[in-house]
Amino acid sequence: MKILVCISNVPDTTSKINFTDDNRTFDTSGIQFVINPNDEFGLTRAMWFKDKQGATVHVATVGEASAEPTIRKALAIGADEAIRVNAVPADGYFVARQLAEVIRSGGYDLVICGRESIDYNGGMVPGILASLLDMNFVNTCIGLEVEGNSVTALREIDGGKETLKTSFPLVVGGQKGLVEESDLKIPNMRGIMMARQKKLQVVEPTEAPQAIEDTQFEKPAPKGEVKLVDPSNVGELVDLLHNEAKVI
Amino acid sequence: MSVLAYTESENGKFRKNAREVASYASEVARQMGTSVTAITVNNNNPGELAAYGVSKSLDIQDPKLKVFNARAYAAMIAEIAGKEGAKVIVISSGADAKFLAGLLAGRLNAGYVPNVVAAPQGTDPVVVKRTVFSNKGFAHTRILADTAIIGVSNNAFGKVENPVENTVESYTPTLDEGLFGTESVEVDKVVGKATIADADIVVSGGRGLKGPENWGMIEELAEVLGAATACSKPVSDMGWRPHSEHVGQTGKPVASNLYIAIGISGAIQHLAGVNAAKVKVVINIDPDAPFFKAADYGIVGDAFEVVPKLIEKLKEFKTQTA
Repeated sequence: MKILVCISNVPDTTSKINFTDDNRTFDTSGIQFVINPNDEFGLTRAMWFKDKQGATVHVATVGEASAEPTIRKALAIGADEAIRVNAVPADGYFVARQLAEVIRSGGYDLVICGRESIDYNGGMVPGILASLLDMNFVNTCIGLEVEGNSVTALREIDGGKETLKTSFPLVVGGQKGLVEESDLKIPNMRGIMMARQKKLQVVEPTEAPQAIEDTQFEKPAPKGEVKLVDPSNVGELVDLLHNEAKVI
Repeated sequence: MSVLAYTESENGKFRKNAREVASYASEVARQMGTSVTAITVNNNNPGELAAYGVSKSLDIQDPKLKVFNARAYAAMIAEIAGKEGAKVIVISSGADAKFLAGLLAGRLNAGYVPNVVAAPQGTDPVVVKRTVFSNKGFAHTRILADTAIIGVSNNAFGKVENPVENTVESYTPTLDEGLFGTESVEVDKVVGKATIADADIVVSGGRGLKGPENWGMIEELAEVLGAATACSKPVSDMGWRPHSEHVGQTGKPVASNLYIAIGISGAIQHLAGVNAAKVKVVINIDPDAPFFKAADYGIVGDAFEVVPKLIEKLKEFKTQTA
């Protein structure tokens, strides 16, 4: 089983988000970049397949040299090899076109992406990949078992979950549930040392268009002061929700 | 050149987001000077969307599409988009719509913009406002590709009544066998209970509730309000509640009219995920909990005293207004 985990390099979840350049650019100053959490659940599941079922695990990202610490971290966690497509990840469509090339030349059975990146929340890369490569696809995947060529996947749906039977080649849009939070690995010193020896291949991008473009950003309007209700007078809250907020 | 609305049905009836998708498509069509064609699948009354500006309802009745299948549905929508010459396709933000969106964008080489919260600012090119950075910001996004797929956020644009003349046309999609490489074997879905995606009200509990055995009052409060239940990330990580209830940046987004947070301090990741809720209420014993800065209404108090009183008052309120 040959697995590719696609990694997005995103601001840490605790980041405060600001914009510069007349609100046209995301302000990266002081921002710590990490493996996109949805991708990390997938990477950790891939490591499980490596340990238990002898899978080979590669990781790929589309990004400039500044994304290398993130992809090195994936190697330190245990991925065997890494590929970086040397381009600014302009939008989901462009990124998917780049990753499709990586997948075509690598011959992977299973491609695991996050269901979305936590920066632009596009959620389109895994679906576009499956479409371009004519592979099976499971999104919002919260459980994945492989037996030979056949796959059982659990998918989150609105208000529940669905069990799906499918087969390789397969693209997965993963999230928490693929593994638990407590299964995530912090790279140890040995992993970090070994990662330095592992192959990190830099490839130049293929010609592909950008499908969408963010022209302007804004931050949510500041919230007004909270209206406090005394705990001895809970009825007032019911009254406010009914007469003032009109939500009940 | 009509605007295409892909609408979702459940048990023969339109989902709430179908009306929102139709309303949004109708606004796009108004701006473009064209009309709306809605795709309806196994729905008992496809013409019902006339009330929300849909002039043509494509009535697809196909047993092969009884259970959602993303690749088959994406192929069907792409085929119809071709026949209708549609340059704009409007879909919801539900799990199924997000599942097929990337597949559809890949098929049509389209520009897909999810999480759209307002009417388009222009249609040539299409420019829309969407949430980014998990609700910590907004982007104004221009679609450069020839075809635009707009994913409207739940409860953001809302449903807008706009009755028009409607014709229902039966439609049979070409469904290649190769599309069915993924088969649904079991659906485990809560019935008769509001879901976080569709609910008008969401009641959520955090670590302040001390343990899973104390969720009875959260469930009772939700029941009185007809609300969905949710929880914070630590609560789902500790296994007190299922992952499906986790709301926040890495969990589900909340966009309900009312969100009641009980015993949740309000970490930045949680606040991001619930930012789209219209009215937020926080009940927390710690007056310094960050959530008080993000809420509209708050009670500083012990949840174990406040929540039972709130349930009692709401029951009284319901009998009075009934």
